[in-house]
Amino acid sequence: MSADAAPAGAAGARILSIESLCVTLESARILDQVSINVSSGEILGLVGASGSGKSMTALSIMQLLPAAARTSGAVRLRGQMLSGMKEPELRAIRGRHIGMVFQEPMTALNPLMRIGDQVAETVRLHLPASAGQAAEAAREALDRVGLTGAAGALDRYPYELSGGQRQRVAIAMATVLWPSLLIADEPTTALDAGAQVQILRLLQEFAHGRGQAVILVSHDLAVISQVTDRIAVMEGGKIVEQLATRDLMRRTHHPYTEALLAAARLAPKRAAQGGTDSTPVLEVRDLVREYPARRRSLWRRAPPLRAVDRVSLTVHAGETVALVGESGSGKSSLLRTILALDRPQSGEIRLLGERFSMASRESLSRLRRSIQVVLQDPYGSFDPLWPVERLVAEPYHALDAPPGAAERRINVATVLEQVGLSTGDARRYPHEFSGGQRQRIAIARALILKPAVIAFDEAVSALDVLVRAQILELLAELAQRLRLAYLFVSHDLNVVESISDRVYVMRRGRIVEEGPTQAVFGSPQHAYTKKLLAATPRIGRPL
Amino acid sequence: MSRGRAPRIAFAVGAAITSIIIAVALLATIWTPFDPAAISIVDKLQPPGKHHWFGTDQLGRDTLSLIMAGARNTVGVAFVSVIIGLGIGVPLGLVAAARRGVTDEIVMRGNDLIFAFPSLLLAILITAVLGPGAVNAIIAIGVFNIPVFARVVRASALTLWTRDYTLAAQVAGKSRARISAEHILPNLAGVLVIQGTIQFSLGVIAEAGLSYVGLGAQPPTPSWGRMLNEAQSLTALDPLLALFPGFAVVLLVLGLNMLGDGLRRRKGADR
Repeated sequence: MSADAAPAGAAGARILSIESLCVTLESARILDQVSINVSSGEILGLVGASGSGKSMTALSIMQLLPAAARTSGAVRLRGQMLSGMKEPELRAIRGRHIGMVFQEPMTALNPLMRIGDQVAETVRLHLPASAGQAAEAAREALDRVGLTGAAGALDRYPYELSGGQRQRVAIAMATVLWPSLLIADEPTTALDAGAQVQILRLLQEFAHGRGQAVILVSHDLAVISQVTDRIAVMEGGKIVEQLATRDLMRRTHHPYTEALLAAARLAPKRAAQGGTDSTPVLEVRDLVREYPARRRSLWRRAPPLRAVDRVSLTVHAGETVALVGESGSGKSSLLRTILALDRPQSGEIRLLGERFSMASRESLSRLRRSIQVVLQDPYGSFDPLWPVERLVAEPYHALDAPPGAAERRINVATVLEQVGLSTGDARRYPHEFSGGQRQRIAIARALILKPAVIAFDEAVSALDVLVRAQILELLAELAQRLRLAYLFVSHDLNVVESISDRVYVMRRGRIVEEGPTQAVFGSPQHAYTKKLLAATPRIGRPL
Repeated sequence: MSRGRAPRIAFAVGAAITSIIIAVALLATIWTPFDPAAISIVDKLQPPGKHHWFGTDQLGRDTLSLIMAGARNTVGVAFVSVIIGLGIGVPLGLVAAARRGVTDEIVMRGNDLIFAFPSLLLAILITAVLGPGAVNAIIAIGVFNIPVFARVVRASALTLWTRDYTLAAQVAGKSRARISAEHILPNLAGVLVIQGTIQFSLGVIAEAGLSYVGLGAQPPTPSWGRMLNEAQSLTALDPLLALFPGFAVVLLVLGLNMLGDGLRRRKGADR
């Protein structure tokens, strides 16, 4: 890379240099001639689809590859050769000179240790510091990430913190010793937009404010484009292109970079042709769902937690309606109630104009025929022991007279083809499929009963951008072809904008704003909607 | 997938030991070199030799035949008590996990009650009330297996209930009982095989212990524990007499533990 790629004034001393790094694992080339440099005060974005070698590159910097991996090439930190270094010396460098933050903040923290102690432990592991000095350093580190020590954060346990706060603790741990290099591997993927912005700001602060070198690994070019100075694009273990972030929108690039760019820049949905039908298929009126709260007094019952507070919404035939909000806003509780998994305290749900009651079995099973669901986790959504045919046919249980084996096979084959899989896939097992293919199977399972409405619970959040774009395309096509109505629950406003006709914004159990997607996104009225929109990463829009 | 060959060798050795002993126990139901109950005072306390491979005891009974017939008894008691534990403990664990709440509390506190007694004490209690004998030994050991399986099943089932596929099954209108049978139980098979192997080896030790104190199989049914007991008074005279049944217990327990360990590592490697 030429020097002009870095923003003026930020180009500092070279911290990390990787030269022709190759990694082979079980005769498969995982990394192929990877060469990267990172200087102090610079954020390098490492972007690519899952399996492209991003995380492997990050791990090989730390020399943390599986023992069976064969490597060649050189990794240098401030000129010091890390490749081939002995384990005890490496341990002195990890945590001290290189800090690392992972995707899942919960698994990176010890659930039984107060967070102050966890951060202090890193200090005492590397420096001959007294307990008091270490605690002081931990307090400062937590201050820097915005978890003020004075507010008692030091004494709290990981479970008491939100996902975003935990990730900030992880960053505090990684940066408490001022490492010259900070590696963040998908640090915001598990977080919602609001928390994401705060984490990205922190990374920026560490690089541009304090002159550390930062590597940000992500599959989302929108996130990468917001904070990085340079971008390295990876595909199949190779770096296919390195460019300055400000050039991203300016000129044409390697076809793979263009594909990522297109996938990250989802086009807003065009207005439905011919106008939407006005027949409501799903109507929710003043729905209330409460959970019993823990008793605090022996004599008084604690007031229940109201997760869904008098929510009303309507989905018309052939229409895609989105429900957005941050985690904890009550979206999932509302969805569970609509799917008749939970009983509402009051309010009513009408399906195809018919009021359904939780009391009658017959009415429940009729409801289940008309509304199906696609869930978030493509890995947890399927019983690993069942073949695809049996999985896809499972909703037939809701029918009074399920079709016979032969008819079932034909129907499964039909829906598999509708979602772009092949008939032969019916005999295979879930583990043989990728995340995107599994989400297609989940859609096939939702289609088999020919429902009027399909609910999607964060159905594309776990997919990487290229696959996400394909699934969204499939959904749009199916909606039009089969005249399906969708209830699309998501925290990702980019996705919502690209797929939905109308949107409901939910906050603390209430609908705070609703309307046609373009109108709401174009001129949001409620402060909360404005805040959500501002927090959503967009290509070419800095933080 | 695996860290070195040692675990795989241990697994193979454990499987071999276990299957040989089980084969011997099965064989003993139809054939032993001598009648294990045939007393012949003339041949008493013979050292191992051509005729009597493992020698004879103080009553002239063939030790090899006694060991083989004892294997039949020990393996039988341990096996049936595992089946009792599985048959009652697994449904209890499944119900506790599926229904949660009050049912869960009742089931788990009931288990705690059984757990609160040391296993051997409980077995002595049961055999003391019901009288000594192989069947009562089975009941005593089996009862102790119930809470073990119930706990293991409940814990694993609770994790499985958080998977989205149980939610998808609920959306299809399936009842919790049906989901337990169709989705939860099959996914627990690996855990059950491993726990079953461990309980099997504990059952072997418990059976030997019970018959050693005279609460297990009654004479003339041969058993390793009673052979040890009888050999005790003759240790000075013929130490080999205690060695063979002792070694048989050790070998079977070792084999089962190696097998269980190997199975667990394999399962770990799957993930």
